[in-house]
Amino acid sequence: MDFALNEEQIMARDMVRELARDKIYPTLKEWDRKHQPHPDVLPLLAENGVLGINIPVRYGGQGFDYITLALVCEELERIDASLRVIMSVHAGLNSLALLQWGTEEQKQRFLVPQARGEKYAGYGLTEADAGSDPVNLRSTARREGDVYILNGEKMWISLTALADHFIVFAKTDPHAEPRHKGITAFIITRDMKGVSTYDEKHKLGVRAGSTGSIVMQDVEVPVENRLGEEGEGFYIAMSCLDNGRYTVAAGATGCIRACLEDSIKYAKERHTFGVPIAQHQLIKQKLAFMQQWYDAAWLLVMRAGWLKNQGQRNTRETAVAKWFATDMSVKAALEAIQLHGAYGFSDEYDVERYLRNAKGAVIYEGSSEIQQLIQADYALGYRHDRPLRCEPVPYDAETWQSEG
Amino acid sequence: MHVVTIASMTPDTEAAVSVDASGNVQWGDKLVVNPWDEYAITEAVLLKEAHSGQVTVMAVGAEAQAEALKHGLAIGCDQAIRVWDPALVGADSLAYARAAAAAIRKLGDADLVIFGKEMSDSASDQHVFQTARKLGWTMIGFVAKIEAIDFAARTIRVRRMTDQGSEVVSGRLPAVISVLKDINEPKYPTFIGIRKAAKAEIPVWSLADLGLSAAAVAPRTAISGHRELPRREGSAEIIEGASAQEQAAKLVARLLEEKIL
Ligand SMILES: Cc1cc2nc3c(=O)[nH]c(=O)nc-3n(C[C@H](O)[C@H](O)[C@H](O)COP(=O)(O)OP(=O)(O)OC[C@H]3O[C@@H](n4cnc5c(N)ncnc54)[C@H](O)[C@@H]3O)c2cc1C
Repeated sequence: MDFALNEEQIMARDMVRELARDKIYPTLKEWDRKHQPHPDVLPLLAENGVLGINIPVRYGGQGFDYITLALVCEELERIDASLRVIMSVHAGLNSLALLQWGTEEQKQRFLVPQARGEKYAGYGLTEADAGSDPVNLRSTARREGDVYILNGEKMWISLTALADHFIVFAKTDPHAEPRHKGITAFIITRDMKGVSTYDEKHKLGVRAGSTGSIVMQDVEVPVENRLGEEGEGFYIAMSCLDNGRYTVAAGATGCIRACLEDSIKYAKERHTFGVPIAQHQLIKQKLAFMQQWYDAAWLLVMRAGWLKNQGQRNTRETAVAKWFATDMSVKAALEAIQLHGAYGFSDEYDVERYLRNAKGAVIYEGSSEIQQLIQADYALGYRHDRPLRCEPVPYDAETWQSEG
Repeated sequence: MHVVTIASMTPDTEAAVSVDASGNVQWGDKLVVNPWDEYAITEAVLLKEAHSGQVTVMAVGAEAQAEALKHGLAIGCDQAIRVWDPALVGADSLAYARAAAAAIRKLGDADLVIFGKEMSDSASDQHVFQTARKLGWTMIGFVAKIEAIDFAARTIRVRRMTDQGSEVVSGRLPAVISVLKDINEPKYPTFIGIRKAAKAEIPVWSLADLGLSAAAVAPRTAISGHRELPRREGSAEIIEGASAQEQAAKLVARLLEEKIL
């Protein structure tokens, strides 16, 4: 077992760490306060190739592995969750799904510009009455000759205001039994007639990011834009989540690290009873727990990343990493605020933002309750991984880095 | 066009530096690329982009210096070379300059050598001037901008900063320059550069490779000890007042009283 990161991974991590710290952090709070997406983030991630970090070079990406994707997400959320959310939807939920499920023609049309950062991408599964239970979704897709006519409304979609492409899920057969077999995945683009988007203005967290709804009104989607087969949408949606949750878990380790680093700094500066608060045992305990949560979460993420590199199914391992890392990021943020006392209660310090952001991650991409059901169902033998028509794509340095 | 940039690793500028009782400095355990060298490396890569040619990043020092070289490759330098020999342990600036100059000469076709203004830890820069001297090349320090460079006509014109302001200096290539922060905005590595850097096997040139003897790099100077700056004693006084005007008036009165104004 090798726990060492390679030089390439370390250098990529450090580069993203420096970019986010130097280029975004100084102005982040301003945008968080305004409840508006930070305008520099997407262009920065695009220009520096971060958006295509683990897409093969021949599809416009950088050809790094799944571990590097996690390291990048950790660094982005070390600064703010809104940066990492972009990777979750653009890379995790969308681009990697195109890599796994897309036809060669779809990869050329959609994946290549996304990996190059020329187009931004999102993922629309959730609806007003379909969150934890996506099979309940109401959007419909009716086939008429060479097109499908899509109608419905997606809610809580990250990057709504900014993405050019979305993978959306709709029912091609509303009466299918079992119900999940009636769902189909489609690639829609913002410029299609009948597509409109609205941003949610007042969220608790991820305020410097865009989240909102997509309304589809008689949108004509060509058959070539169907991702996978008719009725395969639910499996695609779930496989997307295997990658999205991975980025969320990795990001949460960045949030825990942010809590820990800020708390260490503050604990050494702030004095009570004549000594730095770092010398009080109850403060040490908080720091010790944050360290433990970080280490354990990070190791769970790395195991999931290793499985991904091997091309092995990792639904359970990714889910447990997501559940643990995000739950611990909420705890770490609460403890970080406590440790900062009244200052932590003010937005003069960053820790209150960490808490507001962390609270989102225990809800989206499968709430913590849903993650627990997944673990229990695997343990009880109620849930099994069945073979997929398109299995996850393993990482192979040579083919991923080759141009041809 | 062949531009050489010389980089080094220095203690983290954010580390708390202390001096122990026996005069040894505790620099902290983290090294970073000498911040000044980031500008030098970037300038070399910018020149390459503008003039299409070759950039070599070089370091004189032990294994830990390789990180500065990898950083240079990740930003876009074409090749990296590390100069090292056990005989260089304890090298002073002159020995460093002898080794650097020999390595630059060994490249054969270097037109321009770019150093960062100084080493951030020791705030020393004499190695820059000594390298130019050992090469026998034009030396222009504290460059804020390369205004024109013509590799074919072998000329360079730069704006350099002086204590009083700035001046424009023209010179002949080959030349050695040291650069200031005004010169550019340091580049970040690219993923392609990172991959190249990670794969690179960096050659190490020994004194024998450079045709230098151990005696030639024997240090002539030695640092016998460091000392901390004397601690400043002082106290703070908060000037109270109902309005900003009143506070300002009281402040001026106090400053006059203390004969500061
Ligand atoms: C900031 C943000 C960004 C988002 N981005 C996207 C996106 O890009 N794309 C997208 O498709 N969606 C996105 N979502 C939506 C998100 O995935 C859903 O909110 C999430 O799946 C939960 O669904 P819900 O909100 O409808 O809650 P519900 O499903 O209504 O759940 C309500 C509560 O009941 C619990 N619960 C539900 N079922 C069970 C059960 N069986 N047992 C026990 N407890 C249960 C839940 O855990 C939760 O606590 C985003 C959400 C947020 C907040």
